[in-house]
Amino acid sequence: MKQMPAPNPRELRARYPDVFDRPAAAKLATPAMALVAFAVFIFGLVDLDFSPSRFFNGLHQLGWITLLMLPPDPGSSLPLYLKSLGETLSIALLGTTLAALAALPVSLFAAHNIVPTIIRFPVRRFLDSIRGVDTLIWALVWINVVGLGPFAGVLAIAVSDFGAFGKLFSEAIEAADQKQVEGIRASGGSAMHEIRFGLLPQVLPVIAGQVLYFIESNTRSATIIGIVGAGGIGLQLAEQIRVLEWQKVSFLILMILIAVAVIDWISSKLRFAIIGRRAVA
Amino acid sequence: MTSAVAILPSQQLAVLNEAYRKAVARKRLRFALGTVVFLVALVVAAFGAEVNLRTFFTYLGNFISYFDRIGKLDTGARVWTDFGEWFWGWQKWLKLLGETLLISYVGTLIGAVNAFLLNFLAAENTSPAPWLRLLVRRLLEFARTVPGIVFALIFVIAFGLGPMAGVLAIAIHSTGALGKLFSEIVENADMKPVEGVRSTGASWVSCMRFAVLPQVIAGYASYALLRFEINVREASVMGFVGAGGIGQELVVAIRKFYYSDVSAILITIILAVFIIDIATGWLRGRLFGREARP
Repeated sequence: MKQMPAPNPRELRARYPDVFDRPAAAKLATPAMALVAFAVFIFGLVDLDFSPSRFFNGLHQLGWITLLMLPPDPGSSLPLYLKSLGETLSIALLGTTLAALAALPVSLFAAHNIVPTIIRFPVRRFLDSIRGVDTLIWALVWINVVGLGPFAGVLAIAVSDFGAFGKLFSEAIEAADQKQVEGIRASGGSAMHEIRFGLLPQVLPVIAGQVLYFIESNTRSATIIGIVGAGGIGLQLAEQIRVLEWQKVSFLILMILIAVAVIDWISSKLRFAIIGRRAVA
Repeated sequence: MTSAVAILPSQQLAVLNEAYRKAVARKRLRFALGTVVFLVALVVAAFGAEVNLRTFFTYLGNFISYFDRIGKLDTGARVWTDFGEWFWGWQKWLKLLGETLLISYVGTLIGAVNAFLLNFLAAENTSPAPWLRLLVRRLLEFARTVPGIVFALIFVIAFGLGPMAGVLAIAIHSTGALGKLFSEIVENADMKPVEGVRSTGASWVSCMRFAVLPQVIAGYASYALLRFEINVREASVMGFVGAGGIGQELVVAIRKFYYSDVSAILITIILAVFIIDIATGWLRGRLFGREARP
């Protein structure tokens, strides 16, 4: 057996200058970027009043709080908390459904295979600006309009999801196969027929999957809009945190975690049943 | 050219038609049942959420006119007629916006570093021990499921009012979210390089560094940038609970009905979010090419 000749480093260097002698700009690019990122990070820490003493004091406090949270105990308010949890789930379900119903027609006007760009562009930007505003802000606005309570929460979730759904649905519509639409047109169908029989059968399963996914993620959003007064379990949570009832706080957090896990499980089962194993949003 | 469609004998056809009708009927029945269950759930939910349609229609006009009102100055003139008056507090707001961006930047970076340190332990193919993987996974799940603003509420009490609580809340939430995404990337990585490095007698750390990391680093950066976008939105409301940023100013403006301020701050936030979205999108495209976008 013949041994491979040992490579000559000098010769290799001469043959592949791109690998061994990279220009200084290419060599320095990554460290320079890392340095800039790190500098901004340090600047941020200073500007945001970080100090080691504050940090460790806080950690100390946090340790105490964690100890005080054990064991989780609802006291005598368990029925109230269960009712609030029900309220939260209701808010998520109703808000998402309302948003989906409102977004379906609008999303048609944001899909490029249905309407010309001149209509699509402003509709898209409109949906983008709705999405740019957080659910909590919408909740504050609706509280101004319909007063404190879970109804404001429903409307807040409905509005902010309307923006998200409009975008997602229109993307689903754009991804749909055009051949079936052409088939309907070829057999003499009108524009409405094309949408009803050519598009909807393709996009409805995708949309159903997305709606279910949002019901799931809105359970999380619905837990927090109570913090600004829009009903649900977040209201109780914020109140108990403010009065430092840590055992109740940990119980409420536990309730939220369990509720979210249960909803996750149900909705993933349902999604598989509706759209099959292949595509999960 | 004409051609006749072959028609089956009527006996055979009747059987087939019968089977078809049965299949369709079963499908329709299932659909109808699903709809009924859904509608019942909606009605129950409507009672649970105290939906009151009368209030809704009485006040719907208020909601629409709200946008009319935030489009007016105190003098009654439209906001865009007097830009200086509309954005009277722009210096203060820009400073708070900068603080918001810094909160999300620092929070995302801390979260990404934590997620980076933890994700190899959480991924199925690289975790050194099953019990460790289970532990890290539960930890990440907890950090991800508890909403960021709940952490902020608690941290405000522990660390005091101010942006520090917001940063830490965002950092923890990002750790949970990114840790899961990162470990999923690692699970999709090719294990052959790991075997190669392992066969030279390398330790676990070296295996991760030289075999896994080069495959996954681009995906990490892409997800971290995406998370930064999300965190900008989240940081804009951290001020609602006193954890710093522009949210503080916004909540005061909304609660005290300073209408033109509300619109000015909202526009500032929306513009900032747009710019960040576009910038990170561009950066991701530059760094990883279009197809690598998650």
